[in-house]
Amino acid sequence: MLYREAGDFKTTYASDNQTFPIRFDRYGYYLVLAVAFLVVPMFINDYWANSIVVPFLIYAIAALGLNILIGYCGQLSLGTGAFMAVGAYACYKLMVGMPGLNIVFVILLAGLVTAAVGVLFGLPSLRIKGFYLAVATLAAQFFLIWLFTRTPWFFNYSPTGMISAPTRSIFGYPVTGPSASSVTVYLVCLTFVVALAWLARNLTRGTLGRRWMAIRDMDIAAEIIGVNPLMAKLSAFAVSSFLVGVSGALFFSVYLGAAEAGEAFGIDKSFLVLFMVIIGGLGSILGSFLGAAFLVVGPVLLKLLLVNQFGWSTDLAAHLEIMIVGALILVFLILEPHGLAALWRTIKDKLRLWPFPH
Amino acid sequence: MLDTQDDGYMTADGRKIGGVAMEMKNITLRFGGVVAIKDISFDIRWGEIRAIIGPNGAGKSSMLNVISGFYHPQEGDVFYKGFKRPRMRPYQVAQQGIARTFQNIALFEGMSVLDNIMTGRLNHMNAGFLKQALWWGPAAREEEENRAKVEKVIDFLEIQHIRKTPVARLPYGLKKRVELARALAAEPEILLLDEPMAGMNVEEKEDMCRFVLDVNDEFGTTIVLIEHDMGVVMDLSDRVVVMDYGKKIGDGTPDEVRNNQEVINAYLGVAHD
Repeated sequence: MLYREAGDFKTTYASDNQTFPIRFDRYGYYLVLAVAFLVVPMFINDYWANSIVVPFLIYAIAALGLNILIGYCGQLSLGTGAFMAVGAYACYKLMVGMPGLNIVFVILLAGLVTAAVGVLFGLPSLRIKGFYLAVATLAAQFFLIWLFTRTPWFFNYSPTGMISAPTRSIFGYPVTGPSASSVTVYLVCLTFVVALAWLARNLTRGTLGRRWMAIRDMDIAAEIIGVNPLMAKLSAFAVSSFLVGVSGALFFSVYLGAAEAGEAFGIDKSFLVLFMVIIGGLGSILGSFLGAAFLVVGPVLLKLLLVNQFGWSTDLAAHLEIMIVGALILVFLILEPHGLAALWRTIKDKLRLWPFPH
Repeated sequence: MLDTQDDGYMTADGRKIGGVAMEMKNITLRFGGVVAIKDISFDIRWGEIRAIIGPNGAGKSSMLNVISGFYHPQEGDVFYKGFKRPRMRPYQVAQQGIARTFQNIALFEGMSVLDNIMTGRLNHMNAGFLKQALWWGPAAREEEENRAKVEKVIDFLEIQHIRKTPVARLPYGLKKRVELARALAAEPEILLLDEPMAGMNVEEKEDMCRFVLDVNDEFGTTIVLIEHDMGVVMDLSDRVVVMDYGKKIGDGTPDEVRNNQEVINAYLGVAHD
């Protein structure tokens, strides 16, 4: 009864096509946005921002990017970590090279650089698909990380081999560097997430999204009805890498502050984001958020529960945490192979009839 | 009468058939040592329903794949609208106004019926990347205009009730109909149908025949049809090409083909003594 669509009539195609066609959903979405922008900043502290909220937001962008590539266009990629590194290093070089440029433009430009690199490494997708493409993108992962750790130009010849973000501000508030407050960092990340999710949603519900999905579902038929496979695949690589690059730039500049390619953007990052996409739900914007939340918030909650609640030792908790998260992933995949987003869809279907299912 | 270079002819039921739309000239298609199509020539005229029939493995689907640019014949040329067609990728052929359905349903299973049919409009939608990303002005307007066209096709094929259903959940007969809808949404000049009635029951077949005739009648679409059901072929088509083992063994009106001794031999077999 709470959640219903009866009586919610649509009289134009535009209103039928909107992202949240059901009124209840729409108001829920506005409410979440309002809480995120107005209420959360009042309560957020360093601990919550650094261990939960900011990584969640940043990983959500990466998951969104990878979901466009894998979930919407069907091109398997294991190079996410490396593309995040491209975003991070491009961000660093731009911050140092052009100190006057606003950090927002620096991050967007870093995304564009990553998009170009992504298109380059997406070229093999025109010839190979599936697991073989995954191996080809794995090459990108290892090559790019090797490049960033071995070429001193990328880290400006710093003796440690690390890149560290200088202080940059928006409207006078420092966003990067040690003096940035958690509220500003949170708001900047949130703004990026909301804007990029909106862009991704628009792209996936329009012509381009349908081209991608056509290639994903049956590439030969797609080509015969008029989809240019070259353009569709490369545009998916470009958009996906753009998002991943932005998330890498944010990860380095506002979250870590200092990074080293091999450590921060290794193959484990690629797998982490891949798991987020699979657990959240392939081909779903909401799924990217749910997957990121599950894999970022899940471990932290478990740690809180085990260490603070049960009083277990930290190292025991850390091991158990890995095992429990692994088991949860398995359980979720067996119960709902299409991810958390499909689970959410089922819940909504049930809610429509609740409490009178017959 | 059919072999003269005139500007068309009248059918018995009073439809005007135009001049030559597409002409196959001496098409030969080989896969390694296998010759799928052997030196075949025929033409397709504007507004007609042209059937291609033949036993299994005769090369009918290969012929359709040559027309839609998926296979490139080793010898021979395709003339479209009077000009020799250069070697093209299938999506370029689609952009020239040739749409098709497939023998084994080739719908996009992960998408809704509506989205599947909207993909048929791809060649009519060209809002730029940024406009789409921002859902701004032209992109949103284009989406609505094309949705309106798609809704007309949905009405025409009577599939309103499954508009938002994921295609994977539909039964076979409806999938075939959605596939036809996707091809029709492209507003093609030539529509290629590869066994549109395969695997259907009598009622579904009758529906499909009605749709094929209506498409031809209302939109004036030229239709090239591959079908095994002889009753359907003889009733629907204006002219029939008969293939056997990659060769053309007959070409003409249904009556001419029916009485062609070679065709009868191919279908019924010949006694070897």
